[in-house]
Amino acid sequence: MSAEQRTMQTLITNARLVDPRSGRDERGVLALADGRIVAAGRSAPHDFTAERTIDAAGAVVAPGLVDLCARLGEPGHEHEGMLESELAAAVAGGVTSVVCPPDTDPVLDEPGLVEMLKFRARSLDLARVFPLGALTRGLGGEAITEMAELTEAGCIGFGQADVAIRDTLVLHRALQYAATFGFTVWLRPNDAWLGQGVAAKGPLATRMGLSGVPVLAETIAMETFFELVRDTGARVHLSRLSSAAGVELVRRAKAEGLPVGCDVSIHQLHLIDVDMGYFDAATRLVPPLRQQRDRDAIRAGLADGTIDALVSDHTPVTEDAKHRPFAEAEPGATGLELLLGLALKWGESMRLDLASTLAAVTSRPGAVLVRSSLGDASAPSGLAIGAPADLCVFDADCSWAVDTNRLCSCSRHTPFAGHELRGRIRWTLVAGRVAHEDRSVDAAGD
Amino acid sequence: MFVRRNPQLNRNDELIHLLSIEGLPASIVHHILDTAGTFLSVNDREVKKVPLLRGKSVFNLFFENSTRTRTTFEIAAKRLSADVINLDIARSSTAKGESLLDTIANLSAMHADMFVVRHSESGAPYLIARHCAPHVHVVNAGDGGHSHPTQGLLDMYTIRHYKRDFHELTVAIVGDIVHSRVARSDIHALTTLGVPEIRAVGPKTLVPGDLKEMGVRVCHDMAEGIRGADVIIMLRLQNERMGGAMLPSAGEFFKTFGLTAEKLALARPDAIVMHPGPINRGVEIDSSVADGKQSVILPQVTFGIAVRMAVMSIIAGNSA
Repeated sequence: MSAEQRTMQTLITNARLVDPRSGRDERGVLALADGRIVAAGRSAPHDFTAERTIDAAGAVVAPGLVDLCARLGEPGHEHEGMLESELAAAVAGGVTSVVCPPDTDPVLDEPGLVEMLKFRARSLDLARVFPLGALTRGLGGEAITEMAELTEAGCIGFGQADVAIRDTLVLHRALQYAATFGFTVWLRPNDAWLGQGVAAKGPLATRMGLSGVPVLAETIAMETFFELVRDTGARVHLSRLSSAAGVELVRRAKAEGLPVGCDVSIHQLHLIDVDMGYFDAATRLVPPLRQQRDRDAIRAGLADGTIDALVSDHTPVTEDAKHRPFAEAEPGATGLELLLGLALKWGESMRLDLASTLAAVTSRPGAVLVRSSLGDASAPSGLAIGAPADLCVFDADCSWAVDTNRLCSCSRHTPFAGHELRGRIRWTLVAGRVAHEDRSVDAAGD
Repeated sequence: MFVRRNPQLNRNDELIHLLSIEGLPASIVHHILDTAGTFLSVNDREVKKVPLLRGKSVFNLFFENSTRTRTTFEIAAKRLSADVINLDIARSSTAKGESLLDTIANLSAMHADMFVVRHSESGAPYLIARHCAPHVHVVNAGDGGHSHPTQGLLDMYTIRHYKRDFHELTVAIVGDIVHSRVARSDIHALTTLGVPEIRAVGPKTLVPGDLKEMGVRVCHDMAEGIRGADVIIMLRLQNERMGGAMLPSAGEFFKTFGLTAEKLALARPDAIVMHPGPINRGVEIDSSVADGKQSVILPQVTFGIAVRMAVMSIIAGNSA
């Protein structure tokens, strides 16, 4: 059925077309064929015969969201069907391209594992999956992986997830080797020793008696990375910044012309340490939530382009793993289905127009992905003619409350539970095929 | 964002659990101290029992080893006529892989009325209070580096007993403050009761500058820290802090921040010396001070039983 649907010629009518890449925001129609956008304009081309029409009245049609950091539980949780539930969560959130880190079980350090993941994701026919391979075997920080082989298997870059490389010599060589082939290295800046706490260092962590991660853990790691980038010329993407000082270091590195980019998660964009409340394990996150001034700098940095992208940092965590004392609780939260709503909330508070807001979750992460994948054809490229028909159709003004029992993800923990968000997804299309449709018609507005 | 209710108070702002002194109104603190005063005489009677908790089951859940605190809780519960069950969890169910909440669920099924909890992780009693049955009360007997509210309260009882009024006092807390739940509870209690000068004294590795935000003056010099103090609270220095990057040696700590008769002379002549015990003689405190006439370390223990009786009887009388 899906193959048949894929080739179906589709016309989306009455749409508000918002293309963050070009800044276009206008009413019109979008014609899709062979999984690609074939026409966009005031009306359908005369020679286009629609086999299916989607009436997008009242809705925004935008490129599908690109999430640069979401864990999908595979390899590791095949028996629970986690890949299916999490990719269903992706498309339910309007996310059509997902970059997943290599800290799976086993670690993504062998081509066979990557091929299997790509194959299983393709057969589910939901969102596109772009795995990051491990930079070192088993993320052990000792031996580098077969990066060329892994790239052939489908990796779009190499990283260490949240495991820091302690040995600077290994890190230096890993960057040299990656730079040989132009591969991008994705690293979360966190000093292995200073970064061991469970909350952000500061008055609140001190008051709560929780071990704190100082800002230094981030900035010292970043300074090390930047020196290595200067020496090796490797392209580095910094994952999930947490501090104002970190944002400032990236700003200077970019001004200097270093080949670096970075992203930030929905948690650091909206929350601060005070949100930990009375040891709420839903706020046990990596990196930990910092202070108000850090959040303010992150919000401004995402708006001015210092920070390239907003990510969900989606991490499925079971009930049992969260129902523990704060420090013992497993870090992470579900986020794929909240990415759009939290991007809109940020854009609204920063007084950005819709196209600029959406850029932080579509074209800008898309550009990071395209660069990192060395121009992989299936990488997203907006609403341009010929671009893959990866689309997100949503009601921008329809608000909904985050009810964790109604999420597609198998994981129910998020510090945003109960929050009111705007932006209700009506359809998500991947390669021209409807991968998600909101069936609760009454919620559509009117 | 949400306004979260303080989980230890019910809708009428009455105490149903004791999890931390932070956020407790001064009126509740004074009420506990006043009630403790009435129980102190019970300890001196021939029959040392009152029937306030008759028929109730108090479970001592110590996920972390302790003899002293557990014993004083046990004595306090027994003097209130409760049935006391001691569970040394550190060596039983969690060792078999049972989760904290499963342990709590099982004990609740045994009709527990009150859990006295000690745990090595900050916040663990909050988790238990959130998930136990509504009629069950939780008393925090020490969680990680966060809070040890009954110790804080017995320290306040001791200070009030010797100094009467809190409003003109200078209190110095000396030692390993960064890891100390006792220090945090004392600081919250002292600020709640209106002590104008609270000093946190120790080297920078043990006394973080962030403490200023809790309303204390941070001193990295012992003489400056205890000069003119009315009350000196010495903290126990855990052995595992020694010899690493926190402190070079016990000897050097004693030399720089240990309390000797010589240094004590810098405090007010009527200053009292307190310590939550057990003390390390020759590490944080010299024997001549620990056993000297300004020491109130043993009365603290006696007051501790009365304060724990007060806490248990008050929360048992309030319902969620």
